[in-house]
Amino acid sequence: MSAIVNNPASSTRRGAASSSSTAGEVNWAELRKDFPILDQKIHGKPLIYFDNAATSQKPQAVLDALRHYYERDNANVHRGIHELSNRATAAYEAARARTAQFIHARSPEEIVFTRGTTEAINLVAHSWGMANLKSGDVILLTEMEHHSNLVPWQLIAQRTGARVVYVPLRSDENVLDLDRIDALLAGNVKFFSMVHISNSLGTVNPVADLCARARKRGIVTLVDGAQSAGHMPVDVQAIGCDFFAFSGHKICGPTGIGVLYGRQDLLDAMPPYQGGGEMILSVAYDHTEFKKAPHRFEAGTPDISGPVGLHAAMDYLDRIGRDRIWKHDQELAAYAQERLSALNGVRLFGPKTGRAGVVSFLLKDVHAHDVVMLADQAGIALRGGHHCTQPLMHKLGVESTARASFYFYNTREEVDRLVEVIREIQKFFAV
Amino acid sequence: MFDDLSDLYQQVILDHCKKPRNFHEIPGATCSAHGHNPLCGDNLKLFLTIDGDRIQDAAFVGSGCCISKASASLLTESVKGRTREEARQTFDKVREMVTTGKVQDGVGKLAVFAGVYRFPARVKCAILAWHALVAALEDPGKSVTTEDEQT
Ligand SMILES: Cc1ncc(COP(=O)(O)O)c(C=O)c1O
Repeated sequence: MSAIVNNPASSTRRGAASSSSTAGEVNWAELRKDFPILDQKIHGKPLIYFDNAATSQKPQAVLDALRHYYERDNANVHRGIHELSNRATAAYEAARARTAQFIHARSPEEIVFTRGTTEAINLVAHSWGMANLKSGDVILLTEMEHHSNLVPWQLIAQRTGARVVYVPLRSDENVLDLDRIDALLAGNVKFFSMVHISNSLGTVNPVADLCARARKRGIVTLVDGAQSAGHMPVDVQAIGCDFFAFSGHKICGPTGIGVLYGRQDLLDAMPPYQGGGEMILSVAYDHTEFKKAPHRFEAGTPDISGPVGLHAAMDYLDRIGRDRIWKHDQELAAYAQERLSALNGVRLFGPKTGRAGVVSFLLKDVHAHDVVMLADQAGIALRGGHHCTQPLMHKLGVESTARASFYFYNTREEVDRLVEVIREIQKFFAV
Repeated sequence: MFDDLSDLYQQVILDHCKKPRNFHEIPGATCSAHGHNPLCGDNLKLFLTIDGDRIQDAAFVGSGCCISKASASLLTESVKGRTREEARQTFDKVREMVTTGKVQDGVGKLAVFAGVYRFPARVKCAILAWHALVAALEDPGKSVTTEDEQT
């Protein structure tokens, strides 16, 4: 059965998302059938997977692509001239081209494959940072960064003498204090790195506006798109960022593959990040000439099945339509926010309106760890902890939160179940 | 709904986590130590008043999950009046119990933590306060984290 109800012609073999995304309503519940993992019981209860901000589940189309690659096409890339090597290279480079299209880069040369968001940011911090930062320079971040967009900059600051400064959070709304941006940018800022969607708060930052303000002052920008790339339409040219990073595993792709987008002129001017095979033009004992970007930044045999799986994931998402996924995420988050805030003894974090599909909360007198453990007994996968944003937790005056994070295969009925289970947890711990 | 967890969240544990005993600082304590679990943010500080070789008073402050709080609360009750050596031995027994489920003589009420071994993710919560105890006895003022220890 097709998930796009008024397009009955769609093939079921390729999964429920195989219809075109331009018309029709999506039958979200039907899409679940594309995800074999979701069809199981946990502690005897149907699995409700609400840990999508940590990693997403994988549709059959992605599993099939990985299997097909290893069963039919596997070889090393950019080396051989035999048929399999040609196929592997073609698949690898096709994934690069597809990624460029996915985020609207100008060309595939602007796409570097990495292990994930974390490695993409480290690449920029090391390569661009070491070449361009000096004592007295300022690296601007925000107070809601994931450790992966914070620790690399602290390390580079230590090595270059640059300083890290943070755009503060407005404590009332858990959004950035935009009144402060221009004054902060007027400091000696050389680089501004910001999260697109906070994985702890669900706050959506106005990245196009922030990048425009930075650009006016010649400041180089990076957007951490780990939580946005697979959840909303992303156009790096419209955002106007210089770099954009995301992870395959959070957008229905495999683990171990991520993407760094960088503006061509910047990438071409950056020194290599790691040395090895694949990234060289010629090597002598005393001298090496490097390939141009992006290959300059892909030393050694890369993850090849990763881009193949990522390609299938991007196709899958765009068959559904990221505009629709975004709307679905937001509606579900707003519904969860409404239902949870109607309960006594529940503290919600994040913006009051316009949040992404991330809802962090705490129950009065019940630690997040206990909430997550009891929810698990009811088949619900939540995350509890600091979500790799310790400074943010500190700022909010808590040590951890429980977090439900959604994707398109989640339903309102699952949110209802969460609310029911939270009531039970409150009863269990009632004083 | 949570029947399978009744081994873990025993009534005594629920009671101590909701109403922790000896939950205060001890100004002028003989020694104290910090216990921190960076994975879930559990954070507690243990205070001991020691007279000669005997622990006269024990108390704690901090925040954490139900298991870690109840464990700290029951620890303070358990070690009061014990010698340093007895307290240290109790630590060994508790560690054995929460990792293997074996209950040895002399643990008394602490036997409620025997079910923890079936939940490997919670062993660190149960043992945190005990690591802080050993630190307070051997190396007062120290901070211990669950990540430095085997368990
Ligand atoms: C906002 C944000 N940035 C960066 C990361 C790091 O992604 P990865 O662990 O895939 O490198 C995450 C994921 O946890 C995230 O949520």
